[in-house]
Amino acid sequence: MLGSQEYILSKIASNDGHGENSAFFDGWKAYDADPYHPTKNPNGVIQMGLAENQLSFDLVEEWVRNNPMASICTPEGASQFKDIAIFQDYHGLPEFRNAVARFMEKVRGDRVRFDPDRIVMSGGATGAQETLTFCLADPGEALLVPTPYYPANDRDLTWRTGVELVPVICDSSNGFKMTRDGLEAAYKAALDSNTTVKGLLLNNPSNPLGTVLDREALSMALSFTNDKNIHLICDEIYSATVFDEPGFVSIAEILAESPDANPDLVHIVYSLSKDLGFPGFRVGILYSYNDAVVCCARKMSSFGLVSTQTQRMLASMLADEEFVGKFLAESAARLGARRAAMCQGLAQMGVGSLKGSAGLYCWMDLRRLLKAATFEAEMELWRVIVNDVRINVSPGASFHCAEPGWFRVCFANMDEETMRVALSRISKLVVQSKSGEARKQCRRRSKLEISLSFRRLEEIMMSPHSPMTSPLVRTMT
Amino acid sequence: MAIKPLTQPSSASSAAISLSKIAVSNTHGEDSPYFAGWKAYDENPYDESSNPSGVIQMGLAENQVSFDLLEKYLEKNSSDPTSSGRVSSFRENALFQDYHGLLSFRKAMASFMEQIRGGRAKFDPERIVITAGATAANELLTFILADPGDALLVPTPYYPGFDRDLRWRTGVHIVPIHCDSSNAFEITPSALDSAYSDAESRGLRVRGVLITNPSNPLGATVKRAVLEHVLDFGALKNIHLVSDEIYSGSAFSDREFVSIAEVLEARGGRGSERCHIVYSLSKDLGLPGFRVGTIYSYNDAVVTTARRMSSFTLISSQTQQLLATMLSDEEFTAGYIETNRERLRRRYRMIVDELGRAGIECLKGNAGLFCWMNLSPFLKDETVEEELALWECILREVKLNISPGVSCHCAEPGWFRVCFANMSEQTLQVALARIHDFVERRRGNQ
Repeated sequence: MLGSQEYILSKIASNDGHGENSAFFDGWKAYDADPYHPTKNPNGVIQMGLAENQLSFDLVEEWVRNNPMASICTPEGASQFKDIAIFQDYHGLPEFRNAVARFMEKVRGDRVRFDPDRIVMSGGATGAQETLTFCLADPGEALLVPTPYYPANDRDLTWRTGVELVPVICDSSNGFKMTRDGLEAAYKAALDSNTTVKGLLLNNPSNPLGTVLDREALSMALSFTNDKNIHLICDEIYSATVFDEPGFVSIAEILAESPDANPDLVHIVYSLSKDLGFPGFRVGILYSYNDAVVCCARKMSSFGLVSTQTQRMLASMLADEEFVGKFLAESAARLGARRAAMCQGLAQMGVGSLKGSAGLYCWMDLRRLLKAATFEAEMELWRVIVNDVRINVSPGASFHCAEPGWFRVCFANMDEETMRVALSRISKLVVQSKSGEARKQCRRRSKLEISLSFRRLEEIMMSPHSPMTSPLVRTMT
Repeated sequence: MAIKPLTQPSSASSAAISLSKIAVSNTHGEDSPYFAGWKAYDENPYDESSNPSGVIQMGLAENQVSFDLLEKYLEKNSSDPTSSGRVSSFRENALFQDYHGLLSFRKAMASFMEQIRGGRAKFDPERIVITAGATAANELLTFILADPGDALLVPTPYYPGFDRDLRWRTGVHIVPIHCDSSNAFEITPSALDSAYSDAESRGLRVRGVLITNPSNPLGATVKRAVLEHVLDFGALKNIHLVSDEIYSGSAFSDREFVSIAEVLEARGGRGSERCHIVYSLSKDLGLPGFRVGTIYSYNDAVVTTARRMSSFTLISSQTQQLLATMLSDEEFTAGYIETNRERLRRRYRMIVDELGRAGIECLKGNAGLFCWMNLSPFLKDETVEEELALWECILREVKLNISPGVSCHCAEPGWFRVCFANMSEQTLQVALARIHDFVERRRGNQ
């Protein structure tokens, strides 16, 4: 009786706002059905669609070994168990907030201060994004988001909130940089369609570009939002993945230098999922300079608090300044080395990637391999990459990129050897493509429709609903 | 630094920035007396030695009577963290963000829920959706079952937090099913019908009924016959039934609690696609800080959608791991459940008997961490104002924070929820002595 079941659910439950009905699902399915393993399944699909930081776990594991008191389950820490287990105050453990504030300061080279009382917890950055949207905008209102952007913004910012996203188109003509003209154009487009814009969401460092915003861009964004009297949300989730110049500049620094700017408009989203590699712990942070938003978001955090067991452990870990210093330096160095190897490998086969200094991925330029400069051709190429080359990468269309041919390739969720295998496979693709072989190998799929509707999100690259026991089954990109 | 509350815009600029309607509403419910008492407690908390005349917190439904059992378990089972087995799992655990949740955790929860119900119902781990607490579970289900402007029927008196959890961000209305002391606050068919008509006459589309079983604040289980009737009503109107069974392990005796799951199984699963159970470990295990909630739905579409939505509110993988181990130890859980029930029953008897000696009646209860106390004989008039005046008096003079019935939307003034499991027996005795003295003084003044 599926029919009668379906209609008695809400509109939110019945629509596609969850984003999992996307065609890009096939990449995940292909990986889950046939995951690469160096010895057991060397022809399997290599997962390069997962933005996870797995390069520095040894440092964390060493710390955990040396600090049994941080866990409430060890003999050393068990005396704390009761107090921690009954603590449900949505302000969070003071030591946790202090440690997170301190950590965020360290990531920014101690160039700014963060007030622990402005730190609000959430269910991962996923929860923080949604909570902030609930606080700042009503259903039908909009947020401006530069493209290409993290696919799950569609779900996180719009699914249950009823808020819309208006893209600020960026393209390769200037390295995908956001311009004042671009912002104004998007703002005007929204106004013309009678949509009230409530804010601008930036992702700095950028996913999927792997670039950072410079001081000029951030100042421009701050002045634009002040002029329009709209909010400025900066998702700084990759802040500690910056491994090279240009270095990371946080909106916090620009705000501190701009006495005329309105702090009530500025909010930062953060998480430990990328910088530390702890997506399972669901540590989302919302930091706002607006008192009312802090109060409201804190009340809403009841819907997504961080487990006190986890707060306790991280309070201890992040307060260890020696460990933090060592980790940040080493993690950045390893990411930098890995990215360099990846990009050099690509360059050697004539494949370019956007120059970037951050992130767990690079933005690969495969425009030359497209049969035509269309998204249909991008989709076709993507299917070849997934099904024939056996690598799951994320096509630009899933990030709402305005130009076909760009792909995000993650490199920090695997070991070096696997990356080398991936590079050699890509190399074969490039060679074959040059000789026209790729055409013959392209398999047709029944539906190649890609809707480019930006207002209502039709497809996003999302994790699979899969019963597979792969340890990394679910992710958001 | 102090954060100013919402009442005053803090902006120094000329044009104040507007927030959303949700942000400026007070549907979060924190202005209610339920929370005002907490402030008084926070400012002057009782402590046996350092502050014996402070406010005793009896407004917090927390279970602290069985912590020693958990601590003993940990003592026996905490492994040496330097062993590679433990630390190498740290990485896998830290990376695990699959919204299905750890299978071992879901299996352990399913088995724990079965044990609580004496094996009278089976739970499929594949139907368990994880959420960060029952707070999140109830909100999430509301988003799935109802559109903004729709209504859920909820029997009164009910948990004050529902006003926020079910309504605040969802835009859904709560229409009360009025229950009263004439029949021990049981849900009657006519009350259910009235609530439904009430919603209709207000132009609200009813999407479901949400019951709490065992009930908060009544401290009593819902009778089987009532569950049957509510199920039939749901079938008739084609609406959902959410059963919040968060206190299921706190029923004083296994035999007294009947879960909706049992009733459904007895019916061969007929109508189950409309049913959903909410559970959490915050009360039965006393672990509110860990944020462990679940939704158990018999409806496949709800399970799938809830799982997707749980992305906003997953349980820390670290906590899932800990509980997977603990709850799959069936010898431990069986012992815990039995001992916990017994201790809660003892506490309940202690408080009800002592109150009885002071001439105060309580609703006959058989579950939960609180009793439902009738102070209506002490009201000058049976009005909400008098109830609040009495509450204020008990807070300021007797220095007890208890929850006035009005904060639970009780239709009859004079009832109060008094929590007894969040303190030591000695503190409970002190509180009871204070109540006794208060009653004596009141009688003396009359």
